[in-house]
Amino acid sequence: MSDYLVQFNNISKFFGKVIALKDVTMKLKKGEIMCLLGDNGAGKSTLIKTLAGVHRPDEGEIIVEGKKTIFDSPKDALDMGIATVYQDLALVSLMSVTRNFFMGREPMKGPPFFKTFDIEKANKIAAERMGQIGIDVRDPSQAVGTMSGGERQCLAISRAIYFGAKVLVLDEPTSALGVHQASVVLKYIVKAASQGLAVILITHNVHHAYPVGNSFTVLNRGKSLGTYEKKDISREKLLSMMAGGEELNKLEVELQEMNRSSAN
Amino acid sequence: MSTKSKSIETKTDFNQDERLKKVSKLRLLLNRPELGALGGAILVFIFFGIVAGDTGMFSAYGVLNFLDVSANLGIIAIAAAMLMIGGEFDLSIGSMIGFAGICIAIPAIYWGWPLWMSIIFAFSMAVLVGYFNGILVVRTGLPSFIVTLAMLFILRGATLAITRLITGRTQVPGLRVLIEDDPLAWIFATDTFKWVFTWLGSMNLIALRTDGTPLATGIPPSVIWFIALAIITTWILMKTRYGNWIFASGGDKNGANNVGVPVGRVKISLFIGTAVAATIFATIQVLDAGSADTMRGTLKELEAIAAAVVGGCLLTGGYGSAIGAAFGALIFGTVSMGIFYTDVDTDWFKVFLGAMMLIAVIFNNYIRRKVTESK
Repeated sequence: MSDYLVQFNNISKFFGKVIALKDVTMKLKKGEIMCLLGDNGAGKSTLIKTLAGVHRPDEGEIIVEGKKTIFDSPKDALDMGIATVYQDLALVSLMSVTRNFFMGREPMKGPPFFKTFDIEKANKIAAERMGQIGIDVRDPSQAVGTMSGGERQCLAISRAIYFGAKVLVLDEPTSALGVHQASVVLKYIVKAASQGLAVILITHNVHHAYPVGNSFTVLNRGKSLGTYEKKDISREKLLSMMAGGEELNKLEVELQEMNRSSAN
Repeated sequence: MSTKSKSIETKTDFNQDERLKKVSKLRLLLNRPELGALGGAILVFIFFGIVAGDTGMFSAYGVLNFLDVSANLGIIAIAAAMLMIGGEFDLSIGSMIGFAGICIAIPAIYWGWPLWMSIIFAFSMAVLVGYFNGILVVRTGLPSFIVTLAMLFILRGATLAITRLITGRTQVPGLRVLIEDDPLAWIFATDTFKWVFTWLGSMNLIALRTDGTPLATGIPPSVIWFIALAIITTWILMKTRYGNWIFASGGDKNGANNVGVPVGRVKISLFIGTAVAATIFATIQVLDAGSADTMRGTLKELEAIAAAVVGGCLLTGGYGSAIGAAFGALIFGTVSMGIFYTDVDTDWFKVFLGAMMLIAVIFNNYIRRKVTESK
């Protein structure tokens, strides 16, 4: 038995002639936050879908709690405790917080054949759970549309945890958020990890990833550029490792030259 | 019914949050989708109370008359509303009414089937048509507007062609004699609470015919069906898992799918619901008239959708209520009958219908912005 909660070993995924992912390896322990960094087109989406069970890897193995497994569908991954929160969050903005929280998995009460949706219980749990994150849902029957982006993100994560996630895969949870909102979400992610969840945080924002991550995997053009412990790598190094880093350096140089030539 | 379950959802106090402003009952009510229709219905009654209060519109006979019209429309409007909340349209409701009518009449008159068997046959055909509509929309991903528009023409055309082929005409009369002693037909053809009206008549409280029997004989079956459907569908939407799935399927198809809601099955079942409601409408009318007409139900699908919209359903799905559609139908039914009691030319009814719908859409759009806007 290894002490890793999940291991993704040498995952490769091909679409016809295109190599979308090649030999990507990620190992996570309980309570660990691994940040997966990469620019657009680095293969992040393909990797997420592989983790979530949408794609089946063409090479490599997935080991959950010491057991080698194959995900045939997103449901398989979910049953193994790997929950993916996509960017669209799977929330319906016209529906209430409670109805969203329990969407597809409603608590029921009553005798067989006359079972009804236990709204009282659902309201209580939803308000309780949101309260734990420090989001005061002023009224669990209010529409999700009235919540801020950060609150919605937290709702989606909280829902995944409530329904038994051991590994959280978060797809760009802070990309659409302002500074304050992003910090609320990041704080919540750290809190979730401290309760024993493993978190894979997918982002292109190093500034959001660096403070919360324990380890960092950089993805570039479908290949992993390696996994680094936080103590082994600086924020600047991470930035420049992402393709965007180099580009930005180049851009800076170019802009300086432009300034110089226009000044002359 | 709906206000009761709503109060359960909203009134419970959670951790006495100091930021939770005490919202008045009125504010809570304003957030309900059926509010507009309820207000509209009250206004309509006030208007006719003033304009036609002394004309007999509000006599027992008059009331039953506009209730009957409202109830018939309401039966299909409620089903249309459920489907709209689920995010789809059904334009084939009207054609389904005509089709269901001849599905009852032709087997009963020309093939010698007992009436109950032809009624069951009509409902089976409805399930098939609804399932076909649903599976086509779900599988192809085409807009239901187009798919059911095609079905509107196909069903109406088939109804005409088949009827003329078998009977040589476009109407099939002669059903009335079959209703008596039929084990099933009474569900769609019996006036209820007759004793109330007999008693009211004997007390001289309501108008009587010259032979001493009351002019209004009982509550028509359409009204009973209408009330029962309104209660059941509201209960489904507010209190069941399936109800939550309907809102979810209409609100965000992909999101609902991602969390395990069987969106396809939900939508198909709702399409079956509209076809079955059209058949209930058809059965009641065919048994009442004693004949099936191939053109029965023409344009009814648009009235049903209009009533659902007035009742607070969004055209984009995910929001609305069944009870709202019921009020919407009540408004249309009351105005369409009430206009006879005023001096206004009945031609103006359609103008009213259109204006009412336009106001409702603008109002609903505003409500949706209120509900979804970020703080």
